[in-house]
Amino acid sequence: MMKIRVLSFGGLVEIIGKENMIEAIDTDQVVSHLEQTYPALAGRKYVLAINEQMKTENTLLQESDVVALLPPYSGG
Amino acid sequence: MEQSNKSRYARQYTLQDFGKQGQTKLAEARVLIVGAGGLGCPVLQYLCAAGVGDIGIVDADKVGLSNLHRQPLYRTTDVGRLKAEVAAAILRAQNDTITVVEYAFHLNNQNAWDLISSYDIIVDCTDNFETRYVLCDVCALLHKPLVYGAIYTYEGQVAVFNVSDSQGIRCQYRDLFPVPPSSEEAPDCATTGVLGVLPGVIGLLQANEVIKLLAGIGEPLINKLYTIGLLDYQSVTIRLQPQHHPDAPESRIAFEAANYGHYCGSVNEDVGLISSTELDAIAHRSDSLLIDVRALDELPRLSLPHRAIPLELLMANVHELNASHLVLICQSGVRSARAAESLKNYLGNRQSISHLQGGILAYQSEKNDE
Repeated sequence: MMKIRVLSFGGLVEIIGKENMIEAIDTDQVVSHLEQTYPALAGRKYVLAINEQMKTENTLLQESDVVALLPPYSGG
Repeated sequence: MEQSNKSRYARQYTLQDFGKQGQTKLAEARVLIVGAGGLGCPVLQYLCAAGVGDIGIVDADKVGLSNLHRQPLYRTTDVGRLKAEVAAAILRAQNDTITVVEYAFHLNNQNAWDLISSYDIIVDCTDNFETRYVLCDVCALLHKPLVYGAIYTYEGQVAVFNVSDSQGIRCQYRDLFPVPPSSEEAPDCATTGVLGVLPGVIGLLQANEVIKLLAGIGEPLINKLYTIGLLDYQSVTIRLQPQHHPDAPESRIAFEAANYGHYCGSVNEDVGLISSTELDAIAHRSDSLLIDVRALDELPRLSLPHRAIPLELLMANVHELNASHLVLICQSGVRSARAAESLKNYLGNRQSISHLQGGILAYQSEKNDE
Protein backbone atom coordinates (compact mmCIF):
# COMPACT_ATOMS: atom_id res chain seq x y z
CA MET A 1 0.00 0.00 0.00
CA MET A 2 1.24 3.44 -0.93
CA LYS A 3 0.46 6.59 0.98
CA ILE A 4 -1.19 8.95 -1.48
CA ARG A 5 -2.16 12.60 -1.18
CA VAL A 6 -5.39 13.43 -3.00
CA LEU A 7 -6.15 17.06 -3.87
CA SER A 8 -9.56 18.07 -5.07
CA PHE A 9 -10.88 21.16 -6.80
CA GLY A 10 -14.13 22.91 -7.66
CA GLY A 11 -17.38 21.43 -6.44
CA LEU A 12 -15.60 18.20 -5.41
CA VAL A 13 -14.20 20.01 -2.36
CA GLU A 14 -17.73 20.21 -0.93
CA ILE A 15 -18.02 16.42 -1.22
CA ILE A 16 -14.61 15.06 -0.27
CA GLY A 17 -12.80 18.05 1.23
CA LYS A 18 -9.74 19.83 -0.10
CA GLU A 19 -7.22 17.14 0.73
CA ASN A 20 -7.30 13.44 1.63
CA MET A 21 -4.47 11.13 2.65
CA ILE A 22 -5.28 7.55 1.68
CA GLU A 23 -3.54 4.24 1.17
CA ALA A 24 -3.95 2.58 -2.21
CA ILE A 25 -2.03 0.60 -4.80
CA ASP A 26 -3.63 2.07 -7.90
CA THR A 27 -5.98 4.85 -9.02
CA ASP A 28 -9.04 2.56 -9.09
CA GLN A 29 -8.48 1.93 -5.39
CA VAL A 30 -8.15 5.64 -4.72
CA VAL A 31 -11.52 6.24 -6.34
CA SER A 32 -13.26 3.29 -4.65
CA HIS A 33 -11.90 4.32 -1.22
CA LEU A 34 -13.12 7.86 -1.74
CA GLU A 35 -16.53 6.71 -3.00
CA GLN A 36 -16.94 4.45 0.05
CA THR A 37 -16.20 7.32 2.40
CA TYR A 38 -18.06 9.92 0.34
CA PRO A 39 -20.89 8.21 -1.60
CA ALA A 40 -21.88 11.50 -3.28
CA LEU A 41 -18.66 11.29 -5.30
CA ALA A 42 -20.01 8.37 -7.34
CA GLY A 43 -21.14 9.40 -10.82
CA ARG A 44 -19.35 12.74 -10.72
CA LYS A 45 -17.29 13.74 -13.74
CA TYR A 46 -13.69 14.76 -13.17
CA VAL A 47 -10.24 14.40 -14.62
CA LEU A 48 -7.78 12.38 -12.58
CA ALA A 49 -4.09 13.24 -12.69
CA ILE A 50 -1.09 11.66 -11.01
CA ASN A 51 1.74 14.11 -10.37
CA GLU A 52 0.23 16.44 -12.96
CA GLN A 53 -0.18 13.84 -15.71
CA MET A 54 -3.76 13.10 -16.69
CA LYS A 55 -4.72 9.39 -16.52
CA THR A 56 -7.70 7.77 -18.14
CA GLU A 57 -6.93 4.16 -17.21
CA ASN A 58 -6.18 2.44 -13.93
CA THR A 59 -2.57 3.21 -13.02
CA LEU A 60 -0.23 1.86 -10.33
CA LEU A 61 0.84 4.40 -7.74
CA GLN A 62 4.21 5.12 -6.16
CA GLU A 63 4.77 6.15 -2.54
CA SER A 64 3.93 9.87 -2.00
CA ASP A 65 2.33 10.37 -5.39
CA VAL A 66 -0.07 13.28 -5.56
CA VAL A 67 -3.42 12.60 -7.18
CA ALA A 68 -5.52 15.57 -8.31
CA LEU A 69 -9.24 15.41 -9.11
CA LEU A 70 -10.43 18.22 -11.38
CA PRO A 71 -14.12 18.66 -12.22
CA PRO A 72 -15.51 20.79 -15.07
CA TYR A 73 -16.33 24.44 -14.37
CA SER A 74 -19.12 26.10 -16.26
CA GLY A 75 -18.91 29.76 -15.27
CA GLY A 76 -17.65 32.52 -17.50
CA MET B 1 4.24 50.50 -38.75
CA GLU B 2 2.57 53.92 -38.72
CA GLN B 3 4.03 56.62 -36.47
CA SER B 4 1.01 56.67 -34.13
CA ASN B 5 1.13 52.89 -33.78
CA LYS B 6 4.87 53.09 -33.08
CA SER B 7 4.05 55.18 -30.01
CA ARG B 8 0.96 53.21 -29.05
CA TYR B 9 2.75 49.87 -28.92
CA ALA B 10 6.26 51.09 -28.04
CA ARG B 11 6.41 49.42 -24.61
CA GLN B 12 5.27 46.16 -26.13
CA TYR B 13 7.41 45.76 -29.23
CA THR B 14 10.46 46.87 -27.28
CA LEU B 15 10.14 43.57 -25.43
CA GLN B 16 12.81 41.07 -26.29
CA ASP B 17 11.33 38.11 -28.22
CA PHE B 18 8.09 39.99 -28.90
CA GLY B 19 9.53 42.77 -31.05
CA LYS B 20 8.05 44.42 -34.13
CA GLN B 21 7.44 41.00 -35.61
CA GLY B 22 5.16 40.10 -32.71
CA GLN B 23 3.31 43.39 -33.10
CA THR B 24 2.78 42.75 -36.80
CA LYS B 25 1.44 39.26 -36.09
CA LEU B 26 -1.08 40.69 -33.63
CA ALA B 27 -2.13 43.35 -36.13
CA GLU B 28 -2.74 40.70 -38.80
CA ALA B 29 -4.72 38.37 -36.53
CA ARG B 30 -8.46 37.77 -36.38
CA VAL B 31 -9.58 36.70 -32.89
CA LEU B 32 -13.16 35.79 -31.97
CA ILE B 33 -14.23 36.12 -28.34
CA VAL B 34 -17.32 34.06 -27.57
CA GLY B 35 -19.02 35.56 -24.51
CA ALA B 36 -18.62 39.18 -23.37
CA GLY B 37 -19.20 38.51 -19.67
CA GLY B 38 -16.77 38.06 -16.79
CA LEU B 39 -14.07 36.32 -18.83
CA GLY B 40 -14.83 38.17 -22.04
CA CYS B 41 -14.39 41.68 -20.59
CA PRO B 42 -10.68 41.43 -19.76
CA VAL B 43 -9.94 39.35 -22.86
CA LEU B 44 -11.56 41.99 -25.06
CA GLN B 45 -10.01 44.97 -23.31
CA TYR B 46 -6.46 43.64 -23.30
CA LEU B 47 -6.45 42.14 -26.81
CA CYS B 48 -7.86 45.41 -28.10
CA ALA B 49 -5.24 47.43 -26.24
CA ALA B 50 -2.47 45.09 -27.39
CA GLY B 51 -3.38 45.69 -31.02
CA VAL B 52 -5.04 42.49 -32.24
CA GLY B 53 -6.13 43.73 -35.66
CA ASP B 54 -9.56 42.20 -35.97
CA ILE B 55 -11.69 41.37 -32.94
CA GLY B 56 -15.10 39.68 -33.05
CA ILE B 57 -17.50 39.67 -30.09
CA VAL B 58 -20.29 37.08 -29.84
CA ASP B 59 -22.90 37.64 -27.13
CA ALA B 60 -26.68 37.93 -27.25
CA ASP B 61 -27.07 38.93 -23.61
CA LYS B 62 -27.94 42.31 -22.22
CA VAL B 63 -26.08 43.94 -19.35
CA GLY B 64 -27.64 43.11 -15.98
CA LEU B 65 -27.04 44.86 -12.67
CA SER B 66 -25.68 41.63 -11.15
CA ASN B 67 -23.04 41.49 -13.92
CA LEU B 68 -21.35 44.74 -12.97
CA HIS B 69 -19.25 43.49 -10.03
CA ARG B 70 -17.19 41.34 -12.38
CA GLN B 71 -17.71 42.91 -15.83
CA PRO B 72 -16.09 46.34 -15.51
CA LEU B 73 -16.43 47.09 -19.21
CA TYR B 74 -20.05 48.05 -18.45
CA ARG B 75 -21.48 51.00 -16.56
CA THR B 76 -24.67 51.20 -14.53
CA THR B 77 -26.28 53.18 -17.34
CA ASP B 78 -25.61 50.27 -19.71
CA VAL B 79 -28.01 47.94 -17.87
CA GLY B 80 -30.49 46.59 -20.40
CA ARG B 81 -28.26 47.26 -23.40
CA LEU B 82 -26.71 44.55 -25.58
CA LYS B 83 -23.27 43.60 -24.25
CA ALA B 84 -21.85 43.06 -27.72
CA GLU B 85 -22.85 46.58 -28.80
CA VAL B 86 -21.67 48.33 -25.64
CA ALA B 87 -18.38 46.43 -25.64
CA ALA B 88 -17.74 47.11 -29.34
CA ALA B 89 -18.27 50.85 -28.90
CA ILE B 90 -15.86 51.02 -25.95
CA LEU B 91 -13.21 48.96 -27.75
CA ARG B 92 -13.40 51.16 -30.86
CA ALA B 93 -12.82 54.20 -28.68
CA GLN B 94 -10.00 52.47 -26.83
CA ASN B 95 -8.15 51.63 -30.04
CA ASP B 96 -9.26 53.20 -33.32
CA THR B 97 -6.55 51.42 -35.31
CA ILE B 98 -8.22 47.99 -35.09
CA THR B 99 -11.48 46.53 -36.41
CA VAL B 100 -14.18 45.37 -34.00
CA VAL B 101 -17.23 43.41 -35.18
CA GLU B 102 -20.11 42.53 -32.87
CA TYR B 103 -22.35 39.50 -33.28
CA ALA B 104 -25.31 40.00 -30.95
CA PHE B 105 -26.63 36.45 -31.13
CA HIS B 106 -26.18 33.15 -29.31
CA LEU B 107 -23.57 30.94 -30.87
CA ASN B 108 -25.13 27.59 -31.75
CA ASN B 109 -24.44 24.70 -34.09
CA GLN B 110 -26.54 26.36 -36.82
CA ASN B 111 -24.48 29.56 -37.02
CA ALA B 112 -21.07 28.51 -35.70
CA TRP B 113 -19.34 26.92 -38.70
CA ASP B 114 -18.90 29.88 -41.04
CA LEU B 115 -18.27 32.34 -38.22
CA ILE B 116 -15.57 30.22 -36.56
CA SER B 117 -14.01 29.46 -39.97
CA SER B 118 -13.35 33.13 -40.59
CA TYR B 119 -11.21 33.69 -37.46
CA ASP B 120 -7.67 32.57 -36.57
CA ILE B 121 -8.08 32.00 -32.83
CA ILE B 122 -11.25 31.47 -30.80
CA VAL B 123 -11.50 32.39 -27.11
CA ASP B 124 -14.03 30.45 -25.03
CA CYS B 125 -15.51 32.91 -22.52
CA THR B 126 -18.90 31.19 -22.39
CA ASP B 127 -20.90 30.54 -19.25
CA ASN B 128 -22.72 27.31 -20.07
CA PHE B 129 -21.92 23.79 -21.23
CA GLU B 130 -24.17 23.87 -24.26
CA THR B 131 -22.14 26.64 -25.92
CA ARG B 132 -18.87 25.14 -24.64
CA TYR B 133 -19.59 21.82 -26.37
CA VAL B 134 -20.72 23.57 -29.55
CA LEU B 135 -17.45 25.54 -29.55
CA CYS B 136 -15.36 22.53 -28.61
CA ASP B 137 -16.77 20.44 -31.45
CA VAL B 138 -16.70 23.05 -34.20
CA CYS B 139 -13.15 24.12 -33.28
CA ALA B 140 -11.96 20.50 -33.14
CA LEU B 141 -13.47 19.79 -36.58
CA LEU B 142 -11.93 22.95 -38.06
CA HIS B 143 -8.59 22.48 -36.22
CA LYS B 144 -9.08 25.99 -34.89
CA PRO B 145 -6.99 27.04 -31.87
CA LEU B 146 -9.34 27.43 -28.89
CA VAL B 147 -8.22 29.28 -25.78
CA TYR B 148 -10.44 27.92 -23.04
CA GLY B 149 -11.30 29.55 -19.72
CA ALA B 150 -13.87 28.62 -17.08
CA ILE B 151 -14.55 29.65 -13.50
CA TYR B 152 -16.17 28.33 -10.35
CA THR B 153 -16.59 30.42 -7.17
CA TYR B 154 -12.91 31.15 -6.34
CA GLU B 155 -11.20 28.86 -8.89
CA GLY B 156 -10.50 28.98 -12.59
CA GLN B 157 -9.17 26.84 -15.46
CA VAL B 158 -7.25 27.81 -18.59
CA ALA B 159 -6.13 25.63 -21.51
CA VAL B 160 -5.21 25.80 -25.19
CA PHE B 161 -6.93 23.23 -27.40
CA ASN B 162 -6.54 22.11 -31.03
CA VAL B 163 -2.92 23.18 -31.34
CA SER B 164 -0.38 20.44 -32.06
CA ASP B 165 2.55 20.04 -29.69
CA SER B 166 6.07 19.08 -30.81
CA GLN B 167 4.97 15.43 -31.09
CA GLY B 168 1.95 16.27 -33.21
CA ILE B 169 -0.51 15.59 -30.37
CA ARG B 170 -3.54 17.86 -30.34
CA CYS B 171 -6.00 17.74 -27.42
CA GLN B 172 -9.48 19.18 -27.19
CA TYR B 173 -12.01 19.89 -24.43
CA ARG B 174 -13.60 16.46 -24.87
CA ASP B 175 -10.30 14.88 -23.89
CA LEU B 176 -10.96 16.35 -20.45
CA PHE B 177 -14.69 15.76 -20.34
CA PRO B 178 -15.90 13.45 -23.12
CA VAL B 179 -19.54 14.02 -22.16
CA PRO B 180 -21.20 17.05 -20.56
CA PRO B 181 -21.78 17.05 -16.81
CA SER B 182 -25.22 17.67 -15.40
CA SER B 183 -26.03 21.22 -14.36
CA GLU B 184 -26.13 20.10 -10.70
CA GLU B 185 -22.56 18.84 -11.04
CA ALA B 186 -21.22 22.16 -12.29
CA PRO B 187 -23.52 24.97 -11.25
CA ASP B 188 -23.12 28.40 -12.81
CA CYS B 189 -22.19 31.73 -11.24
CA ALA B 190 -25.83 32.62 -10.63
CA THR B 191 -26.20 29.56 -8.40
CA THR B 192 -22.92 29.50 -6.52
CA GLY B 193 -21.70 33.08 -6.67
CA VAL B 194 -18.33 34.19 -8.00
CA LEU B 195 -15.58 36.45 -6.70
CA GLY B 196 -15.51 39.51 -8.96
CA VAL B 197 -11.76 39.47 -9.60
CA LEU B 198 -11.73 35.76 -10.53
CA PRO B 199 -12.86 36.13 -14.16
CA GLY B 200 -10.47 39.10 -14.35
CA VAL B 201 -7.52 36.88 -13.43
CA ILE B 202 -8.58 33.97 -15.63
CA GLY B 203 -9.57 36.19 -18.57
CA LEU B 204 -6.18 37.90 -18.46
CA LEU B 205 -4.50 34.49 -18.57
CA GLN B 206 -6.58 33.68 -21.66
CA ALA B 207 -5.55 36.98 -23.28
CA ASN B 208 -1.96 36.12 -22.38
CA GLU B 209 -2.30 32.73 -24.12
CA VAL B 210 -3.72 34.38 -27.25
CA ILE B 211 -0.80 36.83 -27.39
CA LYS B 212 1.75 34.05 -26.83
CA LEU B 213 0.20 31.94 -29.60
CA LEU B 214 0.09 34.84 -32.05
CA ALA B 215 3.53 36.24 -31.31
CA GLY B 216 5.10 32.81 -31.01
CA ILE B 217 6.62 33.49 -27.60
CA GLY B 218 6.86 31.51 -24.37
CA GLU B 219 5.10 28.22 -23.75
CA PRO B 220 1.35 28.38 -24.32
CA LEU B 221 -0.76 25.86 -22.38
CA ILE B 222 -0.91 23.48 -25.34
CA ASN B 223 -2.31 20.12 -24.20
CA LYS B 224 -2.21 21.38 -20.61
CA LEU B 225 -4.90 22.41 -18.16
CA TYR B 226 -3.95 25.08 -15.63
CA THR B 227 -6.15 25.33 -12.54
CA ILE B 228 -5.75 27.98 -9.84
CA GLY B 229 -7.66 28.83 -6.66
CA LEU B 230 -7.55 32.44 -5.57
CA LEU B 231 -8.07 31.82 -1.85
CA ASP B 232 -4.75 30.05 -1.33
CA TYR B 233 -3.11 30.30 -4.79
CA GLN B 234 -2.92 26.54 -4.93
CA SER B 235 -2.47 25.69 -8.58
CA VAL B 236 -1.89 22.64 -10.72
CA THR B 237 -0.94 22.26 -14.39
CA ILE B 238 -1.81 18.85 -15.73
CA ARG B 239 -0.62 17.39 -19.00
CA LEU B 240 -3.54 16.11 -21.04
CA GLN B 241 -3.76 13.04 -23.19
CA PRO B 242 -6.07 12.38 -26.09
CA GLN B 243 -8.84 9.92 -25.39
CA HIS B 244 -11.69 8.34 -27.26
CA HIS B 245 -14.79 10.52 -27.45
CA PRO B 246 -17.47 8.65 -29.35
CA ASP B 247 -20.03 11.43 -28.89
CA ALA B 248 -18.03 14.00 -30.86
CA PRO B 249 -19.45 14.74 -34.34
CA GLU B 250 -17.20 13.63 -37.20
CA SER B 251 -18.37 16.07 -39.87
CA ARG B 252 -20.03 19.41 -40.38
CA ILE B 253 -23.28 17.62 -41.21
CA ALA B 254 -23.23 15.62 -37.98
CA PHE B 255 -22.29 18.74 -36.01
CA GLU B 256 -25.16 20.77 -37.39
CA ALA B 257 -27.65 17.92 -36.99
CA ALA B 258 -26.88 17.43 -33.28
CA ASN B 259 -29.22 18.75 -30.59
CA TYR B 260 -26.82 20.38 -28.12
CA GLY B 261 -29.62 21.68 -25.90
CA HIS B 262 -30.80 18.17 -25.08
CA TYR B 263 -27.31 16.71 -25.15
CA CYS B 264 -26.02 19.13 -22.53
CA GLY B 265 -29.16 18.95 -20.41
CA SER B 266 -29.71 22.67 -20.70
CA VAL B 267 -33.17 22.14 -22.16
CA ASN B 268 -34.62 21.14 -18.82
CA GLU B 269 -38.11 19.76 -18.53
CA ASP B 270 -38.19 20.50 -22.25
CA VAL B 271 -40.99 22.88 -23.05
CA GLY B 272 -43.82 23.86 -20.72
CA LEU B 273 -47.43 22.90 -21.49
CA ILE B 274 -50.24 25.37 -20.90
CA SER B 275 -53.82 24.14 -20.73
CA SER B 276 -56.79 26.05 -22.10
CA THR B 277 -58.01 26.88 -18.60
CA GLU B 278 -54.68 28.51 -17.67
CA LEU B 279 -54.35 30.64 -20.77
CA ASP B 280 -56.49 33.65 -19.78
CA ALA B 281 -54.58 34.25 -16.56
CA ILE B 282 -51.19 33.87 -18.26
CA ALA B 283 -52.17 36.16 -21.13
CA HIS B 284 -52.78 39.04 -18.76
CA ARG B 285 -49.48 38.80 -16.92
CA SER B 286 -47.18 41.67 -17.84
CA ASP B 287 -44.15 39.37 -18.25
CA SER B 288 -45.89 37.03 -20.71
CA LEU B 289 -46.07 37.20 -24.46
CA LEU B 290 -48.49 35.05 -26.45
CA ILE B 291 -47.32 34.28 -29.96
CA ASP B 292 -49.69 32.94 -32.60
CA VAL B 293 -47.55 31.00 -35.08
CA ARG B 294 -50.35 30.21 -37.54
CA ALA B 295 -50.53 31.76 -41.01
CA LEU B 296 -51.94 35.28 -40.79
CA ASP B 297 -55.26 34.38 -42.40
CA GLU B 298 -56.09 31.35 -40.26
CA LEU B 299 -59.30 31.40 -38.24
CA PRO B 300 -60.59 31.58 -35.57
CA ARG B 301 -58.78 34.67 -34.41
CA LEU B 302 -57.20 34.61 -30.96
CA SER B 303 -59.15 37.04 -28.76
CA LEU B 304 -56.34 37.52 -26.20
CA PRO B 305 -53.50 40.06 -26.56
CA HIS B 306 -50.81 38.41 -28.68
CA ARG B 307 -48.32 38.80 -31.51
CA ALA B 308 -48.90 37.00 -34.79
CA ILE B 309 -45.66 35.60 -36.22
CA PRO B 310 -46.10 32.72 -38.69
CA LEU B 311 -43.91 29.73 -37.81
CA GLU B 312 -41.58 30.17 -40.78
CA LEU B 313 -40.79 33.74 -39.66
CA LEU B 314 -40.44 33.01 -35.95
CA MET B 315 -36.68 32.52 -35.72
CA ALA B 316 -36.02 35.60 -37.87
CA ASN B 317 -37.90 37.67 -35.28
CA VAL B 318 -36.49 35.98 -32.19
CA HIS B 319 -34.68 39.12 -31.01
CA GLU B 320 -37.97 40.94 -30.57
CA LEU B 321 -39.31 38.34 -28.15
CA ASN B 322 -38.08 39.82 -24.90
CA ALA B 323 -40.79 38.73 -22.42
CA SER B 324 -39.77 36.35 -19.63
CA HIS B 325 -42.54 33.92 -20.52
CA LEU B 326 -43.17 33.06 -24.15
CA VAL B 327 -46.32 31.08 -24.93
CA LEU B 328 -46.60 29.61 -28.43
CA ILE B 329 -50.04 29.03 -29.87
CA CYS B 330 -51.34 27.46 -33.10
CA GLN B 331 -54.50 25.79 -34.31
CA SER B 332 -54.19 22.39 -32.62
CA GLY B 333 -50.91 22.42 -30.71
CA VAL B 334 -48.63 20.72 -33.25
CA ARG B 335 -46.91 23.73 -34.83
CA SER B 336 -46.72 25.50 -31.46
CA ALA B 337 -44.83 22.51 -30.01
CA ARG B 338 -42.34 22.68 -32.87
CA ALA B 339 -42.02 26.45 -32.47
CA ALA B 340 -41.47 26.12 -28.72
CA GLU B 341 -38.79 23.49 -29.29
CA SER B 342 -36.93 25.72 -31.77
CA LEU B 343 -37.09 28.68 -29.41
CA LYS B 344 -35.93 26.53 -26.49
CA ASN B 345 -32.96 25.28 -28.49
CA TYR B 346 -32.07 28.81 -29.38
CA LEU B 347 -32.75 30.64 -26.13
CA GLY B 348 -31.91 27.85 -23.67
CA ASN B 349 -33.16 28.64 -20.20
CA ARG B 350 -32.92 32.40 -20.45
CA GLN B 351 -36.66 32.70 -20.99
CA SER B 352 -39.43 30.33 -20.00
CA ILE B 353 -41.04 28.81 -23.07
CA SER B 354 -44.31 26.91 -23.24
CA HIS B 355 -47.08 26.17 -25.71
CA LEU B 356 -50.84 25.83 -25.62
CA GLN B 357 -51.93 22.21 -25.49
CA GLY B 358 -54.57 21.47 -28.11
CA GLY B 359 -54.20 24.91 -29.65
CA ILE B 360 -56.86 27.53 -30.23
CA LEU B 361 -59.43 24.83 -31.04
CA ALA B 362 -59.12 23.43 -27.52
CA TYR B 363 -59.17 26.93 -26.03
CA GLN B 364 -62.35 27.82 -27.95
CA SER B 365 -64.19 24.67 -26.99
CA GLU B 366 -63.24 25.35 -23.35
CA LYS B 367 -64.72 28.86 -23.70
CA ASN B 368 -67.89 27.47 -25.27
CA ASP B 369 -68.34 25.07 -22.35
CA GLU B 370 -68.14 27.91 -19.81
